[in-house]
Amino acid sequence: MNTKSKISGLLKDNIENFLFVLPAFAIFCVFYIYPFTNMIYISFQDWIGIGPMHFVGLQNYKELMGDKLWWDSIWHAGYITLFALCFQNPLAFALALACDREIRLKRFYRVVFFIAPVLSEVVVGLIWNWILNPETQNGQHIGLLNHFLYASGFPQLVHDWLGDPKTALTTIAIVNSWKGFGWGFIILLAGLQTIDKQLYEAAKIDGAGAWKTFTNVTIPMMLPVILVVMILTILGCMQVFVLILTLVNEGLVNHTDVPVTRIFSAMQNTNRFGYACAEAVVFGIILVSISFLTKKLSDKAKQA
Amino acid sequence: MFKIKLKLCSCLILVFMAGCTQAPKPSNKILLWHWMTDRNDTFLKLAQQYQKETGIQVTVELFAPSDSYSQKIIAAAQASVLPDIYGILDKKTIASDFIQAGFVADLTGDMQANGEAWENSLFDKALADKRFDTNNTYGVKAGIYGVPIDVSNEQMIYNKKLLSKAGIKTPPLTFDEFIKDAQALRRVGVTPFVSGWGELWLLDCFASNYAFNIMGEEKVFDTFRGKVKYTDPDWIKVLNVFVELRDKGVLIDGIVTKGNKYSEQDFALERAAFAFNGSWCVNVYHDMNPDLDYGVIPPPPISTAYPLKIWGSAGSTFVVNAASPNKDKAIAFLKWLTAAQQQAVLARETNNLPSNKEALSTISPILGEFAKGMDQSTHPNMWPLNEDPSVSEVFDRGIQAIIIGEKTPEQVAQEVQIIKDRQMAKGN
Repeated sequence: MNTKSKISGLLKDNIENFLFVLPAFAIFCVFYIYPFTNMIYISFQDWIGIGPMHFVGLQNYKELMGDKLWWDSIWHAGYITLFALCFQNPLAFALALACDREIRLKRFYRVVFFIAPVLSEVVVGLIWNWILNPETQNGQHIGLLNHFLYASGFPQLVHDWLGDPKTALTTIAIVNSWKGFGWGFIILLAGLQTIDKQLYEAAKIDGAGAWKTFTNVTIPMMLPVILVVMILTILGCMQVFVLILTLVNEGLVNHTDVPVTRIFSAMQNTNRFGYACAEAVVFGIILVSISFLTKKLSDKAKQA
Repeated sequence: MFKIKLKLCSCLILVFMAGCTQAPKPSNKILLWHWMTDRNDTFLKLAQQYQKETGIQVTVELFAPSDSYSQKIIAAAQASVLPDIYGILDKKTIASDFIQAGFVADLTGDMQANGEAWENSLFDKALADKRFDTNNTYGVKAGIYGVPIDVSNEQMIYNKKLLSKAGIKTPPLTFDEFIKDAQALRRVGVTPFVSGWGELWLLDCFASNYAFNIMGEEKVFDTFRGKVKYTDPDWIKVLNVFVELRDKGVLIDGIVTKGNKYSEQDFALERAAFAFNGSWCVNVYHDMNPDLDYGVIPPPPISTAYPLKIWGSAGSTFVVNAASPNKDKAIAFLKWLTAAQQQAVLARETNNLPSNKEALSTISPILGEFAKGMDQSTHPNMWPLNEDPSVSEVFDRGIQAIIIGEKTPEQVAQEVQIIKDRQMAKGN
């Protein structure tokens, strides 16, 4: 049998399967592949969103490389992500460990910790806007935080948390971590529950204490789950957008800009769709690179 | 069995493809897309009334907020699935591209029929939003391309109760008086001024009011043309307005990150004595605090050299899809919607200024105060040219930086000029 008849035989045998996959493939092409390739195409154009496009080659990318505000926005998103990796995930892990033990009101805690992530980012933004409100009316602080600080005898700490460049980004990072830690908590808790209890018993028989058990049993077994949580945190935090929009609107000068707000601004404020697409392409490459790097590091850690 | 499945799949694919390529046909149905949450109920009510009167069904679909609506319209235009009636919220440059791409019908003939009856019934400044004159810089064929359904302008609003608490009997007529009043308000524990300057357009609007007042229209436009630099002393004066507002304690805390919705809430709940807002606020304040006692004044001028111009034009303008098979029916509906009777309903129920001059007699006194400002109004859509958006963004963010004490007017002016020079070089 020659190659041609082999291929036609294979096609004949599988054509039914291909036909069933076709609608899903077509939808994938229309809603994922086409917009993605189109975005790359537009990134080489000068276009205001309507009318003719003008090919500008790598001009948008060249401009982007020298755009300080863009790189600042990457740093801002990186800061929010780093904050989440350093504080949000360890906290989520600690709480997951606590809830994995036989403690009272275990189910209640699980529900409470999962409330923040199920709330819409707009709602979270509105709640925190009220908490962080810097205004006063008739000498009374309207915002809950400033009211609490004042009433607790710390008037010197009363502050415009979102209106001061020194505190705005950290405040956003805290709110973002408050909103996001529940996801990590649930995933890590699910991971902890899959660890075979016999491993803990064996460690106990071998004389391992709590810390040794944690570092030699829990951490190695949880490494794949921790990796997933880390990648999800990085991808989620780097793309933070709605929360920023609801907390500081179009931003505190440029101190709270993140890549997605820059992309949005390039489209909405300056109608530079080509430039916005170039930003999106570069941002996508950065995200994919970070994800691969995290995976590589984790694989090395596993081998070690 | 295999053949049957193959035929079934082929039929499904054919039906799917046929659905994608079906051409629209004329019908007794008109589709209208809008973004105005506060006017949706009234639109639905009027659409029902229109159906009763004419038998034509108008389907009103709301897509809010306005940012999302703008993106939806651009996407629909790219896919050639625009509705019969819609709005273009973007700048005039974008509107001109829609027109040139054949997405917007020229309404000049209908407006000027019967001795220009339709055109004359509407505020001239409202029509300017989508009017293109001969030899316009956008390269669009001269004509009227939109129908304003209401008008709006942005002015200063003051709380009468809070002013009287500070012993202020009449609202300020000059900028100096305004500063003095603000300080008097501070002394009695009242925050003087609020505005949603977290939204750059509102900040831009306030700044341009004073730019016109300090240096006059022509010098502002010459700056846009690149003939005058942003480092010019007059522009420094404009930026110094914000230094004075900051240093004299006029502004509410957190003003640079405040959205207009929050600023409206602050004014309605009597947390600030003055607000800078658009005429739509009458409806918003009414919903939030029906007992609020307030008045309207133009922003107090800082100079007598040139008149202070406020922003004011069409509040919301609808356009007709030029490719719609129901184009004539859509135009007829808009003509009906902007007739005095329907405009009175819209003004009464939504507290917006009507675009039909004859309906002005039916509006509330507070809207009447806003209406007075139309005589001294201007709008970027009426200007012969607009500033490059990249320059405007740096200018507005620079003002935010001044307000938070991060930069001086001179630093901001220099930064803006650098971007201006770069954009000018690009244009050449």
